[in-house]
Formats: sequence, C-alpha cells, structure tokens
Amino acid sequence: MQSNDYVQFFDGGIEPRLETLGGKGASLVTMTSAGMPVPPGFVVTTAQFDAFMAEAGITRDIHELLAGLDPEDMSQVDKVSAAIREDIRSRPVPQAMREFTVGAYEALMSRFEAPVPVAVRSSATAEDLPDASFAGQQDTYLWLEGVKAVTEHIRQCWASLFTSRAIIYRLKNNIPNEGLSMAVVVQKMVNARVSGVAITMDPTNGDRSKITIDSSYGVGEMVVSGQVTPDNIKLDKVTLAVISEHLGDKHAELVPDAAAGRLVEREVDDERRGRRSLSDAELTSVAQMAKRAEKHYKCPQDIEWALDADLPDGENLLLLQSRPETVHSSKASTHTAPQPVVSGGYFSGFSAGTLKPSI
Amino acid sequence: MSLKSFPKPSELAVPAGAEGWEKIYPYYLVFQDKLKEQEDAKFWFCDSQHWPTVFKPFETIGGEFAVKCLGQYNARHLMIPNANGIEFRVHLGYLYMSPIPVPEDQIAARVPLFEQRVGHYFQNWDQLLKQWHVKVKGTIDEMETISFPKLPDMVPMEDILSGKGKDGSEKLLESYDRLIQLAYQNWQYHFEFLNLGYIAYLDFFNFCKQVFPNIPDQSIATMVQGVDMELFRPDDELKQLAKLAVELRLQPHFSNTDDVDATLSAVAAAPGGDRWTAQYEAAKDPWFNFTVGNGFYGHDKYWNEHQEIPLGYIADYIRRVDEGQEIMRPVEALIIERDRIIEEYRDLLEGENQALFDAKRGLAATAYPYVENHNFYIEHWTMGVFWRKIRELSRMMQAEGFWTEPDDLLYLGRNEVRDALFDLVTGWGVGAKPIGPDYWPEEIERRRGIVDALKTARPAPALNTPPEIITEPFTRMLWGITTEQVQQWLGAGVAVEGGGLRGMAASPGVVEGLARVVTDADQLSEVQQGEILVATVTAPSWGPIFGKIKATVTDIGGMMSHAAIVCREYGLPAVTGTGSASTTIKTGQRLRVDGTKGTVQILDALIPDAGDPELLVAGPGAHSHSHV
Repeated sequence: MQSNDYVQFFDGGIEPRLETLGGKGASLVTMTSAGMPVPPGFVVTTAQFDAFMAEAGITRDIHELLAGLDPEDMSQVDKVSAAIREDIRSRPVPQAMREFTVGAYEALMSRFEAPVPVAVRSSATAEDLPDASFAGQQDTYLWLEGVKAVTEHIRQCWASLFTSRAIIYRLKNNIPNEGLSMAVVVQKMVNARVSGVAITMDPTNGDRSKITIDSSYGVGEMVVSGQVTPDNIKLDKVTLAVISEHLGDKHAELVPDAAAGRLVEREVDDERRGRRSLSDAELTSVAQMAKRAEKHYKCPQDIEWALDADLPDGENLLLLQSRPETVHSSKASTHTAPQPVVSGGYFSGFSAGTLKPSI
Repeated sequence: MSLKSFPKPSELAVPAGAEGWEKIYPYYLVFQDKLKEQEDAKFWFCDSQHWPTVFKPFETIGGEFAVKCLGQYNARHLMIPNANGIEFRVHLGYLYMSPIPVPEDQIAARVPLFEQRVGHYFQNWDQLLKQWHVKVKGTIDEMETISFPKLPDMVPMEDILSGKGKDGSEKLLESYDRLIQLAYQNWQYHFEFLNLGYIAYLDFFNFCKQVFPNIPDQSIATMVQGVDMELFRPDDELKQLAKLAVELRLQPHFSNTDDVDATLSAVAAAPGGDRWTAQYEAAKDPWFNFTVGNGFYGHDKYWNEHQEIPLGYIADYIRRVDEGQEIMRPVEALIIERDRIIEEYRDLLEGENQALFDAKRGLAATAYPYVENHNFYIEHWTMGVFWRKIRELSRMMQAEGFWTEPDDLLYLGRNEVRDALFDLVTGWGVGAKPIGPDYWPEEIERRRGIVDALKTARPAPALNTPPEIITEPFTRMLWGITTEQVQQWLGAGVAVEGGGLRGMAASPGVVEGLARVVTDADQLSEVQQGEILVATVTAPSWGPIFGKIKATVTDIGGMMSHAAIVCREYGLPAVTGTGSASTTIKTGQRLRVDGTKGTVQILDALIPDAGDPELLVAGPGAHSHSHV
C-alpha cells in the first residue's frame, strides 16, 4: 500500500507538510526519513477529514451551531459539543476514504508475523486546538486491535476538534471555524524487549566525544525512574568503539500485556541479568541512532529508545523520544572539553606557531 | 599496591650447553659482576619484537647500531627534555633495554634547546627529508660498490709498473671497515626523523587524550597514518604484476614459481611476455630489496635473492584475480573513513582547541608517515645490501678455509672478523698459512652449540622490579610498555570472558575463523584464504598474506606494530601483543578475534576455564613498533 493524499506512511518518502499531517504526524515522518525510526505507522491526512466533512455535508450545520455560542455558557457549549461529536461519529465515511484507511492498516499489520496493537492519536495543525500536547494527551487511544476499533477511534479523534474546551478556546481567541481540520496518527504500540536512554556525551564530565547508553530489559520506565540498575556503556562517538561498560543488575522488567492493555512487572532470570542486555550490533545501532538525532537537532541529545520484539533484527530499534541534553548544554557550548585550552605533552612550552608543519 | 618482580638476570637459568655464553659477545654487551647492584636496581624489558631469536655474535651489530643511534637523537641531537636514550644488554642471547630518564633538575634547561632543534626540523621538514633520501641512497650506492674478491696469487704487474707499492690487502680491510661504517651511517640517518615522527605523534596523542578523555589509541593512529605508504609499495608492485599477467593471459606460466629461471624465461618467451618482464625488472629495483624478516638477522631472506617468494605471491594474486577477487587495497574507502574520523573529532572542538587540533594533527600527519616509510630504506634496502656483502665476505673466507659453512662468519663478533681478516692478509702476505683455519672451525662449533642451547629458552619479558608507574613516553610509545602491560606479564591481568587471550585492540572489527599459526616466514605458503593469522610477530614483506586472511593475532607488538598498521590498512581486525597466542593457539582451532576489545577467544571444545592462569597474557616479549 502506497502513501497518497489521504493516508501517508511515516516511511512513505513523501515530503511532510504540517497542513496535511498536523504537528505530530509531520514530526514522525521527518524523524523517520532522518534515520530516526519511530514506531512504524501512518497518518490519516487532513484531506481525508475534509473529504469526510464534505461528503457528510454537515460543515454548514456545525458553523451555524457554533456561531451564536457564548463561551461563558458552559452547559450550552457542552450540549452543542456533544451534538456535533455525535454527528461526526455516526456519519458514514466515504467508501473510497474508508478503503484507503483499511488498506493502510492492513499494510501496517502485514509487516508483523501476527497483527499487533496500535495507538491512534490526533495530530492537530497548530492553531486549531489549545495546544498540541494537550490534544495529544487527550486524544490518544492505546492498545487498539482490529480495523473496526481503529476506524472508530479515528473518528473519535476527528470529533475531538469539537470538544467543549476546543470550542471555547477558539471562541475566546477569535479563531474561525472555517478551514478547521484534523489529521490522525495510527502507530504500532511499542513492544519493548530492551530499552533505555542514550546521551550523546559523557554526562560525568561533559566530554562530547562519547555516547553514554543505559540499557535494561522491557520498557524504559524502570530505567528512567531508577527502579533498576541498567547496563551502562560508554562508547567513542566517532568510531563507536566501546570505552567502558558496567553490567547492571537489571533484576526486573516491565513488559506490555496487550490483553490487559497495560504493563506488568516481572523478574529477570539470572542468565539474562548476567549478560549485557544489548548485543554488539544492537549497541552500535543505538549509538548510531543517537548520533543521527544529535546531528538532526544540532545539539547534544538525550534519547529514549527501545528494541521492539515484534520487528525483525535490523529494523527493531525505535526512537521514542529525543530532547536536548540540558545538564551540560551550557558548559558544552563554551567548552567542548574539560580543559579550556590544553597544554602539556612534548610541546608544553611551545607556541602553536612553532609547530606548524612546513607544508 | 606492591608490584611483584621479574627475575634478576642472575636468577635466570642458563640452558644446558650454553655455559660460557657471555664470552661469545663483546664485554660491554653483557651484565657485569662489578655492576650487579646498579644493574639489578634498573628495570629492563626484553625487546623480542625486533630480536625474537638469539643473536649470533655478528648479529648484535643491528641491535647495537639501532639502539645506540636511537639514543643519540634523544640525548645529543634533539635534547628531548624528559628522555635520554636506552641502555641495552644482551642476556642469554636476547636483548634487554632500560630507558634512561633525564634528572628532574635538568629538564627545564633542555626545553629551549629542544624547541630550537626540533623546531628547525619541523619547519624545514620537506627539504630535510629530501636531503635524507639523497644521503641514504648515497650510502646504499656506495655499499653496493663494495666487494670481497679472493686475494690474488701475486700483485698484478700494472701495480708494479705504476709503482703502487701496496699489495691490495689494505683494500680488503678498508672494504670491511667501510661496510661497517656505511651500515653505521645509515643507522644514524634512520633515527634522524624517526624520533621526530614519534614526538609529533606523541604530542598529538597526548592532546587527544586530554580533549577526548579515553579516546581509543586506534582513533589517534588512524588520524595521522598515511594510507598510501612506501612500505606497501613492494606488495602493490606484485599486485600490478599479477593484474598485468592476467591481462596478457600469462597465467599458465606461473604454475611452478619455485623454479624461478624456468618461470621467468617461459613468461619472457610468451606473447606479451616482454612487456611483463620489463615491468618485473623495473619493480625489482628497488622494491625487491625486501626481507621476509626484519633486517636484523643474517638468515633473513630477501626477495631479490629468493625470487620464488615474490613469484609465489604473484601466482597467488593471479589466482585471486582469476577468481574475480579484488586484490587492491581499498585505498579510497580508507581515505574517506580516515577523513570522516578526523572531521568528526575536529567538529567536537571549538576555538583555540580546534586550532591546536589542526596544528598538532597536521604536524603528526606530516611527520608520521616517515615512521613507516623509513623502514623500507634501512631495514629492507640498506640491510639487504649489507647482509649480501657480509655473505660474500663469509664465503670468501670459507673458501680460504676459515670455516666450514658458508655463513659461519656470523659466529664471530664484528671486531673478531677484523682480526680474522688481518690474520688472513698476514698469512697471505708472508706466504704462510693463516692461523684462522686451525682456530675458527672448532671455536665456531662450540659457539654454534651455545647459540643452539640459548635458543631452547624463551626470554623473560622483563628483568628486576618495574617502577610503580611507567611514564617514560618513548617506552610507552615505541614498545607499548605500559603499567597495565607489565601487570599483565606479572599475571595480574583481567581474564577474558569464556577463556582466551587479551592483547592490544590494534585494528577494529570482530570475526570468527580458523587459526593458522605461523612462527617462521617459510610457513607463509601454508596460509589459506579466510584463515586467521596467528604469529609471533609479522613483517612488512608479509603483505600479500594480508589480502588473504580474515584477522591477525600476534604475540608481540603494540598499536604501531607492523601487524596493527597493515590490518588497519586492509580493514582487518587485529589483536597484537597477546604474549602467547602462537604457543597457546593451534592451527585449525576456531577463533573469535575482537580487534575492538583486544580479545581472542578459542571457540573449540577444549577451552580451559576462564581464569586459568595459563591463559593470562604473561610475556614473553616487549610490545613495540616493529621498526626501530
């Protein structure tokens, strides 16, 4: 299944546009094409929402309902919001659009040995909603299985354009309802076998020629929150040679329970505790991805990553988050090394000029 | 923590049959009874990288000239602030070294002298190096003119007519003296740039270790190493000859390269053979002045005198070209990767540090290639001619009855040879028999017995108590003698997971494959495609083998050893300085070589437990760059 105007895969190779993919969707496509593989998925574009609304013919009704609303009249806003959202959820999606979505979902599932649960999230274009993170949190549906659940929740996301809060926000900020649209992200739930963090420097001294990786079994929450002692590996950033490694105890892991739709904690056996949680090749892949993130964002990064149990070797490393490394960032920007200017060696008494080679 | 000690010289057992060994070497080369206290107080490490086997008396010349001339550049030419030269002794046939520090209170005074002297070289590098090539080539050319013909039955008539008034024996004595002087001369030149190459390298090395704490040594080496070095030239010539042979369809004539004359004449007679022959002849001079050893032993075989060796390599390359293999080194890819590494480290620095990085790396990259390239001119070319002349002299004297075997001269010290020559010319001059034929054969047999007995024992890796921390920079750099290394020899090292050996992570990558243990250059023909070469030490002329193998493991050698450099060049993993790989590993065993971590695991069933003390690296042999 190829990307088109209505569904666009993260790795579909199409230039991401904020207007059609929304903020979240565009970011996922950008990261994927920059070699920072996020969990695979696709975006149901704003064009599909627009086609749906056009087919349903309800745009005009909605505008009329919203026109005379008083943002202070909560019960009225709630009533109108409920009506509009019910309308959106109950109208049929045009057949052609539906086929695109179903086809994309099936194409995504075909990448795995067996169908896997997905998450469905709204991806708003910037001004439509109070703020992207609010919208993202509000309209994220996890552990969805089967095409029916997926299409239902896509419409759920569409409908979220008209929550009471969103309506009031637009009214108060004089944002017109014309041209409102919404993209929706459908993305594989991460099934972390091993996960952790990687920092593109040595956080103990700010040395930017290193990459420091913490790694443990299961999802990364226990590493981030300090509930387990992860493996700690320091690599040379340029050659990716291992400089030092300390095996952590890694006594427990959090693993997804798809049926329950939540994470469960379990013990790690001695054999797995006794060895490094990443193979040499996996370690290199994590470091390379961290390097790419640093290059992409042009400053030291602190990334969260996971190895997904549902994906084949070589494609199973996923980037969950990348943010600027803040602890050393100010230091790093003025001095890239522990010493401001290095002296010593044989030429401690030399000026640099004396040392210029003749060619 | 108190360190264990290595044995004192007097505590090492003299192998049976080697009693009286001290007297076969000059008095100044052996430990002295009267100096026992002082000598025992010093730490001596064995340089078995350059001198892996027992010296015959004449062969100490290479050790003496090399280490003396190395020292003079530190102590007398360049006035290196913190390092003088290296004292050396022969003990039980092996060479032991002890670096001489500069007293603390003299270091400061040497700094301005050092800056002035070193500065001059670095600022005039190209011109001085050009001059070096002229000087070195001049020495070799003069050496080539020397010969040792049999003395005539009588003075030629023309010398009577011209009133020359000399019998020609003075020429024989002069020729010998001149040959020794010329060898000494090129050994002096050898170090004119070598120490500078190391200084520039160490300066950049120390800088990198400060701005990039714990940066792998490998990365630093890669950033300054030349990719297209003269040391690879002989091997490259063979590859070109192989490609030309394939192009001219001459393959069938390389079926029995052990017969040099038949092979060369069959090729010459074939259509297109003249073109190949012309290229072959051009390659020979000078690139076949190439030894299968390291130039320090009289038994070294040189390609131009043993053309079955290069012809065998050519035949092997022909086979590989016919099989569709790429035999040329991936020079372009190596340059791209090197440039990437330089650029990425450089980008991590800002402002003044970036400028320092550029200056120091630039200097090291200018000076460092000499460290590899000089090797061809001295160890291979100069010493190739030297040993050829020595063999000529030895055979002349054998014909005069001085000894029984063609190369027995090697059992005399070089000053004893001067005595024997005077003995010869005296006997000849007066018309009597020289004394030598009645003296030397028996003495040589006695000495042969001693040398053979000494060879039954391996050297101790070091002698006496090591210093708490080894800081002397040249020792660390040239021989890889670090505090950690000494600990390893003393058996205090860290065991390798799953059993195995630990050495220096000399060239990155991980491979598995079957071992081929090679302890002598003559075994090189046994090496099969895709095997892992396990050797005491490797030599530059083994180049053709590196295109065949998957990885290299050596007993001896550091980051800058030949094996390390060539493996980085060929993109093969290497673990050097394992101490005992060639004796621990057996041909045919399956190995896992991790050149990134510096470990070698023996994967076969017979893996002793990890932690077995036998498996810990414990000497013998110093780590080193292979071409001092």
